[in-house]
Amino acid sequence: MAKVLMKGNEAIGEAAIRAGCKNYFAYPITPQSEVAEYLVKRMPEVDGVFLQGESEVAVGYMIFGAAGCGERVFTTSSSPGISLMGEAISYIAAAQVPAVFVNIVRGGPGLGGILPSQGDYFQATKGGGHGDYRLLVLAPDGVQEAVEMTMKAFTLAEKYRGPVMILGDGLIGQMMEPVEFPDDLRTEPSNKDDWASSGMDTRKSDKRNLVKSLFLDPKELNDNNLALKAKYIQMKKEEVLYEGYNTDVDYKILITSYGTMSRVCKTAIDMMKEEGIEVGLLRPKTLFPFPEEAVFNAATKESCKSVISIEMSMGQMVEDVERCVKGQREINFYGECGGDIPTPEKIIEIIKELL
Amino acid sequence: MGKTFSTPKSLSDNMTHYCPGCTHGIVHRLIAEAIDELGIAGRTVGIAPVGCAVLAYNYFNFDFQEAAHGRAPAMATGIKRVRPDLIVFTYQGDGDLASIGMGEIIHAANRGEKFTTIFINNAIYGMTGGQMAPTTMPGQRATTAPTGRDTDQTGMPIRMANLLGELVTPGYVTRQAVLKPGQVNKAKKAIKKAFEYQVEGKCFSFVEVVSTCPTNWGLTPLDSLKWAQDTLLPYYELGDYKVPE
Repeated sequence: MAKVLMKGNEAIGEAAIRAGCKNYFAYPITPQSEVAEYLVKRMPEVDGVFLQGESEVAVGYMIFGAAGCGERVFTTSSSPGISLMGEAISYIAAAQVPAVFVNIVRGGPGLGGILPSQGDYFQATKGGGHGDYRLLVLAPDGVQEAVEMTMKAFTLAEKYRGPVMILGDGLIGQMMEPVEFPDDLRTEPSNKDDWASSGMDTRKSDKRNLVKSLFLDPKELNDNNLALKAKYIQMKKEEVLYEGYNTDVDYKILITSYGTMSRVCKTAIDMMKEEGIEVGLLRPKTLFPFPEEAVFNAATKESCKSVISIEMSMGQMVEDVERCVKGQREINFYGECGGDIPTPEKIIEIIKELL
Repeated sequence: MGKTFSTPKSLSDNMTHYCPGCTHGIVHRLIAEAIDELGIAGRTVGIAPVGCAVLAYNYFNFDFQEAAHGRAPAMATGIKRVRPDLIVFTYQGDGDLASIGMGEIIHAANRGEKFTTIFINNAIYGMTGGQMAPTTMPGQRATTAPTGRDTDQTGMPIRMANLLGELVTPGYVTRQAVLKPGQVNKAKKAIKKAFEYQVEGKCFSFVEVVSTCPTNWGLTPLDSLKWAQDTLLPYYELGDYKVPE
């Protein structure tokens, strides 16, 4: 299929439809409102559902209800909106229903700003909502990867019967790039008859299904949390994705970076290579499960003297990098999160200080 | 003469956790009867609230989902939009619906979502142990209003049926009670009508049911019925607040 030039936000909306998701609920927030503006026109063409909810709080539960009756469903929002959806995400994780959330991250905390940021790493990977749950978090570095990850997200959500998040940022949402929608990423919906409250007649069963998150009995609650934990262990075994860039040479410095920021790092690495300076990049594509082993191996390569995590934050993923490197190398950090993305020149300057 | 009275098929045999004299059981039964009579149990999904009725799904024999506090109308919206063929109802108390869930119920009603809400108004928080609700009467004592509700500080009780009846969007909005046998019969008709409107795909339907909470009111079941009749009903007037054309 020929590539088409699309804005990231619109491409994400189209990707969901191409993945077989025909249900979208959302509340407007910059910098991702184009998804809703695109889907309000596109969903009727595929007999799909578009609804603008009254708040992100309500949208979270529209997603929960729709997912609970077994239908593919997704929403898109940006940081403050995702905070409000955190409640529903916790319930969705506990009740074990599949749903896809896209966070086109903007600056924070508070109202922050409307420019790109990676300040929601902690929220996405460590919590957001209450209780013992994890989100499977995919971090695209551009529009094409945002498309592919959005399409895969529905399959992953069904495989693990839980919430999956695409963690993008304002740049990925707003920029235009040529994209294609791989047909093979569209999967058949999984069989949901044993859990979805889809109406007993629908599944020709006398057994009713309950979608719930209350377990008053301590053993039942512990068992539910153990079931969730087993999924997260399985994710760590089966879903880790990452990319190494310039890692087949003897590099002195390893950069860890993800998403938009990693693309700027690649440019800086190419520019330094021309000067004869070798720097490697390890880019996590899944933030949870985190590529623990790959980060450790890349950081402890014999030629590598130190590691620097470069992020559009004040230092979030760097804590996972430190955890994985286990004190074997010096870990540094550079980040900006006002909305200006660090330039390749700035990254080169920082790297040269480390040499 | 054949059998004239039995448990509705949609009602389970489980013993409820409700306190003696509580009217939740009556309303559960009325819902189950209406669903049986309409023959819709196989395509019904109930939404349980947070509050005393959080375990309501234990007492019915069809699919259920359990919402967070106040969010049942948003969940019902999600289900009904993606599966319009299902019959969806929320069962909510006054803390759930009229306090933390005010935004969700108003907007669902105003969009004319084609589901049914059964709203139990007993003028107090039950599950958490008798705190003041938006529906608590002036001067009525609650654990968070130990000297009685002070309307200078907390405003007057919210009349949900009146409020939703004011929305311009068509719908069925009624207030009923289950304090006397005659009222129970009328409430049953209203609940059935609410489901019928949904089956026809006509409109949002809302049945407020004035109920009791003997435990948290500190009254016997009989005194509770009398107190509700004398104190609640003059303020929460029974009747239809909106009927679709």
